[in-house]
Amino acid sequence: MIRTRQLAYRYPKGPTLAFPDVDVPQGGVMLLGGPSGSGKSTWLALAAGLVGATAGQIDVAGQSLGEGGASLKNAALDAWRARTVGFLPQKLHLSAALSVHDNLAMAQWAAGRNQDEPRITEALKALGVEDLAPRRPAQLSGGQAQRVALARAILLQPQVILADEPTASLDDEAASASLALLQATASREGATLVIATHDARVARFFSENSSKKGLEPLLLGLKKL
Amino acid sequence: MRTIAFSWRFLWSRPLTAALNLLLLSLGLASITFLLLVSHQINSAFERDLAGIDAVVGAKGSPMQLILSGVLQLDVPTGNIPLAAVETLRAHPQVASVIPISMGDSFRGFRIVGTTPDYVRHYAAELAQGALWRSPMQAVLGARVARQSGLKVGDTFSGAHGLVSGLGAGADAHEESPYTVTGILAPTGSVLDRLVLTSLESVWQVHDADADAAPGDKDREVTLALIQYKTPLAAVTFPRFINTTTGMQAAAPALEITRLLSMLGVGLDVLRALAGLLLLTAGLSVFIALWGAVRERRADLALLRMLGAPPRKVAGLLLCEALWLALLAMVLGVLAGQGLAMLLAWALQLDQSIMIGGLAWPAGWLGVPVLALGVALASALLPAWEAYRVSVFELLQSR
Repeated sequence: MIRTRQLAYRYPKGPTLAFPDVDVPQGGVMLLGGPSGSGKSTWLALAAGLVGATAGQIDVAGQSLGEGGASLKNAALDAWRARTVGFLPQKLHLSAALSVHDNLAMAQWAAGRNQDEPRITEALKALGVEDLAPRRPAQLSGGQAQRVALARAILLQPQVILADEPTASLDDEAASASLALLQATASREGATLVIATHDARVARFFSENSSKKGLEPLLLGLKKL
Repeated sequence: MRTIAFSWRFLWSRPLTAALNLLLLSLGLASITFLLLVSHQINSAFERDLAGIDAVVGAKGSPMQLILSGVLQLDVPTGNIPLAAVETLRAHPQVASVIPISMGDSFRGFRIVGTTPDYVRHYAAELAQGALWRSPMQAVLGARVARQSGLKVGDTFSGAHGLVSGLGAGADAHEESPYTVTGILAPTGSVLDRLVLTSLESVWQVHDADADAAPGDKDREVTLALIQYKTPLAAVTFPRFINTTTGMQAAAPALEITRLLSMLGVGLDVLRALAGLLLLTAGLSVFIALWGAVRERRADLALLRMLGAPPRKVAGLLLCEALWLALLAMVLGVLAGQGLAMLLAWALQLDQSIMIGGLAWPAGWLGVPVLALGVALASALLPAWEAYRVSVFELLQSR
């Protein structure tokens, strides 16, 4: 669940971004649209507790991350983010030095968790890439790499998945496959899915696919300042 | 533990850079280790050979040459002095003991030294085989001489004129006056190991055979005498007494060796400065590599923050990479330094020069790991700080 009220963020020595209020139920989908520079990344950063709001409220999975920064600080905030938020960046940032398995093991390390082999296997299996565990990222196709990155995002069973431009530089077929994977994964994990995108195909995909299931995505359009 | 494992993988994800930095750091540390070992071992060798010798009395000339030739057996002597003059020193109230030394010949580059059994006792040397000489033309071999020559008790050999290796081994050999080996000394680590010891009479006898007429007993000469004082106060008055009232000179080994080491010290300081420069270059190289790694992996590091890693954990990963480099370089550097010191010891041994030991761990050695850690950590500090303050915004904006 994500709920915002009069949420705003002022860049240091820069303009203030004011965001429309939203209510995304747990397990719901929100599409965060708008051109570059409209504040999509800032919204994701606010939802992940990476920056504090300068005004208003934002509650993510029951945790208030409102005005004046989060009620959680430093290590507690890092721990909250680790267990609550899964992140799929546009550039996947799989470490080239590590195997697929170790990329996931590193995510557990980053979150301060003990290495949990069954969970790593489970996450890779959920994305159909368990056979790729010993491979290096350089040995993966684009689609395989995205699946691995998504396996990493759901590894700690987050309540919210934040995906940043997941279809950029993908052709139509690959974009549809990627979105279907995201939707299915978030749905299976029961996680709220937020996709920041300026790709019109994303909205089209969700309107076509979600309407069949009776789950309309929430569309939040941001405008460039 | 996993931080250590992951940092190892990250370090070797750029194998060429890692290997180059490791090489530079190891070379710097190897140079420092080598210098530490060599100066320690040379000091120890000097201390061992000079122990208990308060003064050396010999012919006038360079006092340092007298010490180098008479005690360390490295240089040529300044000349000869009358045996009678040496014998009168025994009666001097400040003198506890006098060991006469006579030399001029060598065997396969090892010096043949005519002396008294007191010389052997002075270094507390023990016989490994046989017995000390009892009559002229009997000889006792130092441990290294025996090992290198393969001579055994009962074997005979001829000395060659001259003290320098190779000289006189052929044409000037005293083949008409062969020595018989009566004993072999156990290794002492001192100058005795590389000497052939015999009686003073042997040296005279060999050279009398070459001369037209043998000198009378009162005209006998020796090369020098090693003196031990009865009282430390003698150090002030005895050399002055010798230098002003006799035709001989007295040199204090402690004084001359201190002078020699201070002269060597300039060279060592230059080498130390070079090693320091090498370490500085290595530090700079590690810094550039880690800095480059942080710049290159900013987004990866930011992702770690996104995954819940606190800043100190991200910075720790970088510091661990530097620590790995320090640890590996320390092991390689120390081993290479020890190896180089052993190589030098071997080369000096071939040259029948001063004996320095092989493997040694002088107290100053502990400074090497500290130095390795210091250089690596100092080089990693700024990159680690950069990693500490990496912004996740960069990750979100790196499209």
